Parts: sequence; C-alpha cells; structure tokens
Amino acid sequence: MSTTVSQIDEVKTTPWAGGRSPFAVEYGKMMMWFFLLSDAFTFSSLLIAYGALRFSAVSWPAADHVFQSVPLTSVEHGAPLVFVGIMTFILIMSSVTMVLAVEAGHRNSRKEVIGWMVATVIGGFMFLGCQALEWSHLHHEGFWWGSIPEHLNEYFTKDATISASYTQQFANLFFTITGFHGFHVFSGVIINIVILINTIAGTYQKRGSYLMVEKVGLYWHFVDLVWVFVFTFFYLV
Amino acid sequence: MSLEHTENHEHGEAHEGMTRKKIWVVFAILLAVTVVEFIIALYLVPKGHMKIETANPVYILLTLFKAYYIVAFFMHLKFEKAGLIYSLVVPILFIIGLILVLTNESHHWVALFAR
Repeated sequence: MSTTVSQIDEVKTTPWAGGRSPFAVEYGKMMMWFFLLSDAFTFSSLLIAYGALRFSAVSWPAADHVFQSVPLTSVEHGAPLVFVGIMTFILIMSSVTMVLAVEAGHRNSRKEVIGWMVATVIGGFMFLGCQALEWSHLHHEGFWWGSIPEHLNEYFTKDATISASYTQQFANLFFTITGFHGFHVFSGVIINIVILINTIAGTYQKRGSYLMVEKVGLYWHFVDLVWVFVFTFFYLV
Repeated sequence: MSLEHTENHEHGEAHEGMTRKKIWVVFAILLAVTVVEFIIALYLVPKGHMKIETANPVYILLTLFKAYYIVAFFMHLKFEKAGLIYSLVVPILFIIGLILVLTNESHHWVALFAR
C-alpha cells in the first residue's frame, strides 16, 4: 500500500481552511467594523443628499457669513471658522487620548487606561457643549428646522442671489446632519463612561484583555472621522 | 495569492501597531492638514491668491487624506488582515456610486426648479 497521503486527506492550514478566524479579529471587533460600515452608509446618504441639493441650488448661504461668531466671547462677527476650528481640535484631541487609552490597554496598565478614558470623556463633553452653543446661537438668529431669519442679506456673499428656499434647505440639512452626528457623539460619550466604569471596577484586568476599550475606540474614531467630513462640507466648501 | 498575503501578515502583527510616538506623529499630521485648510479658507481665498473653484477640490483631497490617517492608524486598519481591509473598503464603492449618480442627477434638478 502506498504511504503517500492522497491530496484530499491533507490537512489544510490556510486562513480560510476553517478552525480559526480568517480575519484574525475577535467577533465583537469585527461586528463593530461592520456596524461602522453601515453607519458610514447612513452618514454618506445624508451628506450626498446635502451635496445634491446644494449642486442644484442657484445660490447657497456662505459658510463664512453664517458661522462667524464665537459663543461665550464678545466676538459676534468677523471671526469665521474660529469656533468650529476649536471644536475640530477638541474632537481630534479626544481621538488621540482614545488611541492612547487603547495603547495603555495593550500594556495592561489599568491606571493609564483610566486616565486617558477620563480625558476622552471630558473631550466628548466639551465637544457636545460647543455643539449646543453653536446650535443655540443659530437658533437665536432665527435658524431652525422649518424656519429662517427674516433678513437674509448678511448670510450671502455680495453679488449672490438671495434665496429663502435654499436658506431653508441649508438650515434643515445643517440641523439634521450635525444633529445626527451630535447624537453619535452623545452615545459615544455614554459608551465611553460605561467602559471607564468597567475599567475602574477592574473588569478588564480580571479578563486579562482591554479589547473592549479597542472596540469603543473604533466607534469613537468613526465619530471623529464623520466630523472631518461634516466640517469640510458645511464649513469649508 | 491573497491567501499568502494574509498569512505573511500574521507574524508581524504583534510587533506592528501604534507606539506612543507614532500616535503623536499622526496627530501632528492631522493638525497640520487642518491648519492648511484654515490658511486656504481664511487667507488664500479671501485675498484672491486662490480661486474657490481650485480650493474646493483641494479641501476634499485634504479631507480624504485626513480620513486615511484616522482609519489606517487610529482605527488600526492598516495592520489588520488584507481580507478584513478589503471587506470594509470595497463596499465604499457603493458610496462613490451614489455620489456619481446624485451629482449627475442634481444638475437636472436645476432646470426642474427653474420651471
């Protein structure tokens, strides 16, 4: 009898041969990625709808003219992008503290994870606070879902056609999209607090892995990623 | 071919990843790109050194550049298996498809609204 193993009986060891995860990530982490992909679709459809309406518009309120005040200071006019710049900085910064928490988790350093998670939660609250100020400022000027200020001259560039209906579209889209993003930030902060409490309680120390920090980290970075796009399409372009 | 590729990744994974120094480098890059965007929006365009038609594509390119750094390094995707990377990046083609369809479609709405 032949001693050579027939080809069909050979044990396969390729990643897709079964018996192990071909992506080499834990189930929950993989599902977080796929959830984020679906969330990317949702945000994209909102932003693309915004783009399509704006492309079809004859004129559009100029971002430099709409967003030019810094709440909590005496600056009411002539400081375009300053406040949103601060917000962007806060969110990128809290993304950095999140990676630092993940990095500390890899070294199983509970204390450092706690420190960086606290910083991340504070960053999240600061961003939400800024968002609330920005919303209430615009609301005081008369912008809301379904309502716009009476006089629109100051929101358009000099020679642009002033259009009430496009300003209304702008207001609706602004509150819907930044609201949806802000809701994501809010739920992110809640999740971060839960993870922080678990870390303080030593749950992950006992488990021997800080993988949960990594998973919520993915969500938190995604929120930052969406903001990068919202910032570009609402404030810059 | 892709199988070999994923296998090769396996050994390096534990060593690769983000050190504290790398994290701050990525942060510096993100901050620098944002500062460039601000310079364009607050100085170059209002002073007439750059047309808004040129500035807009530049903003979008810089945004995609930032998005790459966030996803690849902060979200660690660059160090994952090739299979996972493709399963997440390829569906983005649907989004690009929707962008192409709706930007094209919106040009027809202009005429529609004008009526």
